[in-house]
Amino acid sequence: MSRAAADILIVGGGPAGLAAASAAARHGGLSVTILDNNPFFGGQIWRPQTGIARSARARRLFKEIDEKAVTIIRNAEVFAAEADDRLIAQTPAGRIDLKFEQLVLATGARERFLPFPGWALPNVMGAGGLQALVKCGLNVAGKRVVVAGTGPLLLAVGEYLRSKGALVAAIVEQANSASVYRFARGMLRSPAKLFQAAALRAKLIGIPYLADSWVTAAELARSPIRNGFAPDASGREGTLSVMFSRKGKPETIECDYLACGYHLVPNIELAGLLGCEVVDGHVAADEFQKTSIPNIFCAGEPTGIGGVEKALIEGEIAGLAASGHKDKASVLLPRANEARRFADSLNAAFALRDELKTLADDSTIVCRCEDVQYGKLKEFDNWRSAKLQARCGMGPCQGRVCGAAAEFLFGWKTGSVRPPIFPVRSEDL
Amino acid sequence: MQIFDAAIIGAGIVGAACAAALSREKLKVVVIDAYGPATGTTAAGMGHIVAMDDSEAQFALTNYSRKLWNALAEELPLECEYERCGTIWVATNEAEMDEARKKQDHYAAHGIEAEMLNTKALLEAEPNLAESLAGGLLVRGDSVVYQIGAAQYLLDKAVNLGAEVRIGGRAKKITKGRVELMGGEIIAAEHIINAAGAAASELSPQLKIVKRKGHLVITDRYNGFIRHQLIELGYLRSAHGRDADSVAFNVQPRKTGQILLGSSRQFGAETNEIDTAIVRRMTARAFEYMPRMKRLSVIRTWTGFRPATPDNLPYIGKIPGFEKVYAAAGHEGLGITTSLGTAELLAAEILGRRPAISPEPYSPSRNITQH
Repeated sequence: MSRAAADILIVGGGPAGLAAASAAARHGGLSVTILDNNPFFGGQIWRPQTGIARSARARRLFKEIDEKAVTIIRNAEVFAAEADDRLIAQTPAGRIDLKFEQLVLATGARERFLPFPGWALPNVMGAGGLQALVKCGLNVAGKRVVVAGTGPLLLAVGEYLRSKGALVAAIVEQANSASVYRFARGMLRSPAKLFQAAALRAKLIGIPYLADSWVTAAELARSPIRNGFAPDASGREGTLSVMFSRKGKPETIECDYLACGYHLVPNIELAGLLGCEVVDGHVAADEFQKTSIPNIFCAGEPTGIGGVEKALIEGEIAGLAASGHKDKASVLLPRANEARRFADSLNAAFALRDELKTLADDSTIVCRCEDVQYGKLKEFDNWRSAKLQARCGMGPCQGRVCGAAAEFLFGWKTGSVRPPIFPVRSEDL
Repeated sequence: MQIFDAAIIGAGIVGAACAAALSREKLKVVVIDAYGPATGTTAAGMGHIVAMDDSEAQFALTNYSRKLWNALAEELPLECEYERCGTIWVATNEAEMDEARKKQDHYAAHGIEAEMLNTKALLEAEPNLAESLAGGLLVRGDSVVYQIGAAQYLLDKAVNLGAEVRIGGRAKKITKGRVELMGGEIIAAEHIINAAGAAASELSPQLKIVKRKGHLVITDRYNGFIRHQLIELGYLRSAHGRDADSVAFNVQPRKTGQILLGSSRQFGAETNEIDTAIVRRMTARAFEYMPRMKRLSVIRTWTGFRPATPDNLPYIGKIPGFEKVYAAAGHEGLGITTSLGTAELLAAEILGRRPAISPEPYSPSRNITQH
């Protein structure tokens, strides 16, 4: 086991964490360490393909933390905490023990998956998940892809896949067109016109954007699809028939991949483990991003899903406040408020519709680690009973996938966090 | 007001077993639990059905209960994951091999078959154990069960025979023929059974039960990594000892391929937080016996509270000073095994029948001298 100590420790190397690290190191005098569980920093949004981020803003932040001699720890997954001032992380080289004076949590978010018949088939995956696979080398050139679910991420993914040569057959958005339109119009006043720009580009490159539409089921296609991609012997490249409801009418579309994500779920497990107050699924933080624990700050998605702008500004405020420069952080507060207003309108526009609760049938698997079907879960009236009796959420993902689905489907509270918050080699425990 | 024949406080495995046994005897039973079936100590445990010989009385109850489990096994549904995988008591040196031989003789005298394994035989049975071990004692007839499923099964069995299960009300007070819940509701019953596990002495202060905290660790799925329940021969010293903290090598193969890794014992630890220092002692102990376990991925840890009595024996039977109020509590780490025997002893007492084994050692009115 190795040990490290920092005045300011930042968990998460996405936009919020990078902004926090840069801000915390800006005025010198304090040791700053940032760690991430990936080999490359940048988080889900700036996950670089080869170590070099595409975004100019990402490159600028990388340069800043490099110049300020911020200590970077890669491939480190924080799984436990000890005393009040230490985190324990697993790395390929073994366990590290990280002591901190001030802590900034920038743990980001993950996709929300909702079960529907066929969601566990091969080639049905998360929207961000498919994008990540492509970044890791999956070739989608010439493949037909349907991107479905909800939120601006679908547009970004559709556009990215298109840039890699995929034929994006449709973007299927569950939100109704009126609220998507209202949201897009609101974008004109927002700091970044990302959504608008993405929507525009998607349109320009000919991707149909279908609002009021949601996938109801997926099956392996009975016959090879039109453009000739027959299922191969392994079945892994099997083509899909995707059934969806479009403005109330059933339609079918065929494709090679269905990339499906229902907006995002904040990663609040570490905050919960440390005892930070959590309200309505988000980490409670004051205007300087301070949580209910005085030396722990939180920035970005865990305090409320809001995208990259909110993450960057909250990260910067957290970094300044944690390094004793609240005065310098004060001037940023109006921008943070604006980013949060944007987040509110985003979350309102892409709120999940109730029809999505009725897609699973009794045989649809909800907990994929333990193969627990929807029909079995219906027998229970709370998460703990479902866990104990049916093993729901008891597998290696620790309920990260089915927990968010169960909260939406059944209204269960899935709280309770215990170490290890990620699977860990027993020798590192 | 409805008057039940029997009210059972606690829907853990002991309460569930009592409910099934009394319902079978045509008693009208109600089971009361504040949180739900098998949500307390039962949920936190390991589900090992084992003959344990810390004392003659402990052996008598575990041996009797084990026979009852063997009979019940035929009807247990798949969800109970019952598996007669056997236990291997693992010996590190010749002194422990001698201990194992004594255990074998003792078991043989009571009709339990067990065979000595030398190092070679031990490694054939469990290839992932350390080659430096001296051998072990294999008890083929022991088994493991998913105790939460088993408790639910016993409860369902009682319900099918007419029992009622009331969840959500916490029992506050027991008086003659009455259980008063926190909300003020009264449940009337001729016989009242305190099966509240680690909380039993809150209702019946005559029962000297303290919480003995334990930690468990579960791995991802590694089918075939271990095949038997494996326990170090020093386990009983850990279980019996009154030291504040102790750990012992005790691992269990689950039907899912997961491995449950125990065990720890702590007195005076009142909160359910994970104590990483004791978890590390526990895993370090396991690595001594099974070095390859170091590389396995752990997916969860949790804690639970064993209801411990001063003489390591449960309280089963009438509580002195009360009419028709009984205890079925204080089973420490053996509640899953001994639940069935407990239920039969209690049913015999309530119905005035002759019990299969002597109930004297477990009587709440026994004179407890701590050993």
